[in-house]
Amino acid sequence: MDVTETDETQQTDGKEPIIKYRNISKSFGDHQVLKEIDFDLYPGERVAIIGPSGSGKTTLARLLMTLEKPSAGTIQVDGRHLWHREVKGKLVPANERHLHEVRGDIGMVFQHFNLFPHMTILRNCTEAPVKVLGLPKKEAVERAKEMLDKVGMLDKVDQYPANLSGGQQQRVAIARALVMRPKVMLFDEPTSALDPETVGEVLNVIKDLARQGDMAMLLITHEMSFAREVADRICFFDDGKILEQGPPSQIFTQPKTERLQEFLKRFHLNGNGFQEVQ
Amino acid sequence: MVTVQLLVIAGILSFVMSFIGGFARLSRFALVRWVSGGIIEFFRGTSLLVQLFWLYYALPLLGVSLPSGLVGIVGLALNYGSYGSEIVRSSILAIPKGQTEAGIALNMTPAQRMRSIILPQAFRIMLPSFGNLMIELLKGTALVSLVTISDMTLNIMQMRNTVGHDTQILSLLLVAYFIIGYAMTLGFRWLERRFSAGRV
Repeated sequence: MDVTETDETQQTDGKEPIIKYRNISKSFGDHQVLKEIDFDLYPGERVAIIGPSGSGKTTLARLLMTLEKPSAGTIQVDGRHLWHREVKGKLVPANERHLHEVRGDIGMVFQHFNLFPHMTILRNCTEAPVKVLGLPKKEAVERAKEMLDKVGMLDKVDQYPANLSGGQQQRVAIARALVMRPKVMLFDEPTSALDPETVGEVLNVIKDLARQGDMAMLLITHEMSFAREVADRICFFDDGKILEQGPPSQIFTQPKTERLQEFLKRFHLNGNGFQEVQ
Repeated sequence: MVTVQLLVIAGILSFVMSFIGGFARLSRFALVRWVSGGIIEFFRGTSLLVQLFWLYYALPLLGVSLPSGLVGIVGLALNYGSYGSEIVRSSILAIPKGQTEAGIALNMTPAQRMRSIILPQAFRIMLPSFGNLMIELLKGTALVSLVTISDMTLNIMQMRNTVGHDTQILSLLLVAYFIIGYAMTLGFRWLERRFSAGRV
């Protein structure tokens, strides 16, 4: 059974999607990781992507961040083509400058944080605002401190990443991305590389963001109870396709496809939500 | 002192050449990569002494005569610049891909990523190798005495002819090279400490 219902569940409010994937495929050599995906993300919408490892979840985000190039199809950001330029009504491949112009509204938090090890925490958060957005140093510092405060890392501004725990580094990485004020934020398995005891602090920061912000969020995660709590919509990826999507209540309680039922069996509901069964 | 002059001038030139060569090896354009690769492999793969002889004795037969000082500097700079290019190239490649990706996610341009993220980290990796290379360069300068440049080695060898006392005089030469070399070692250690911010 292959159920892909796109229209039924989205809270569109008459708004245009900020992100539109159309017919997107991606192959690495002979291996096709994404198969003709159509996917929309609306302004302020929070979508959690779940699914088995290797199902193409991460690649979906990496294409949008311009870290990988799609093999076929188009992606639009706010009505503009990301990977193509329109020249005389025709779509031609984008150059570096075009990517630079279009991807400014998108931010990303990585599984392995990828903080800059040679810069202090503060500098990690001010480098891009100064160099890319052209903010005066003072304003960039103010913005950075505001965001570091939001993630509870204001007391570490003068430290270097190597002195922080994984959870702390990830919170800084979230602040670093927020300083750029993206309209869409991608979280690529933000807690998968963390020690179990620091997962909670990072999830709490993301939950706070989800509550207050009007920023659209794409959350790739294996934390089912977190996805259920935060997301407006859940997309279940399997074998390079969106096999099933809908509001969390529907996805977790009445999964339609066998694959999703199988997948969810690996997690069981306890008092606090879902927990992975090893 | 001629040896120190040679060391400084050829050192600076080979440093500059290292970066030009290293970046050329990583160029987006295949032609630039091939040409720079060929030049670098040629100078790495042939003897410095033979290169100096060639520049000094063979090149004039082709109609280009360079003064001996220039031959020394050019020979040293090309040779050690080629080694240095590999240091630059490999250090840049040693920076994890996640660093570049973080730069892209912050919408930095390739030039901004190189300046703010990659080079500062790569430079730290380069330093010990460059320290090594500069000591090699110092020792390489002794070879220029063979194309009649009156560096420290040539002076001592001449002194030996007139004064004698081989053991003492040649020992003095060894000690003199060691003093310059050790001073450079200390200098590079200091640089390494300065650039070690953020390391635990």
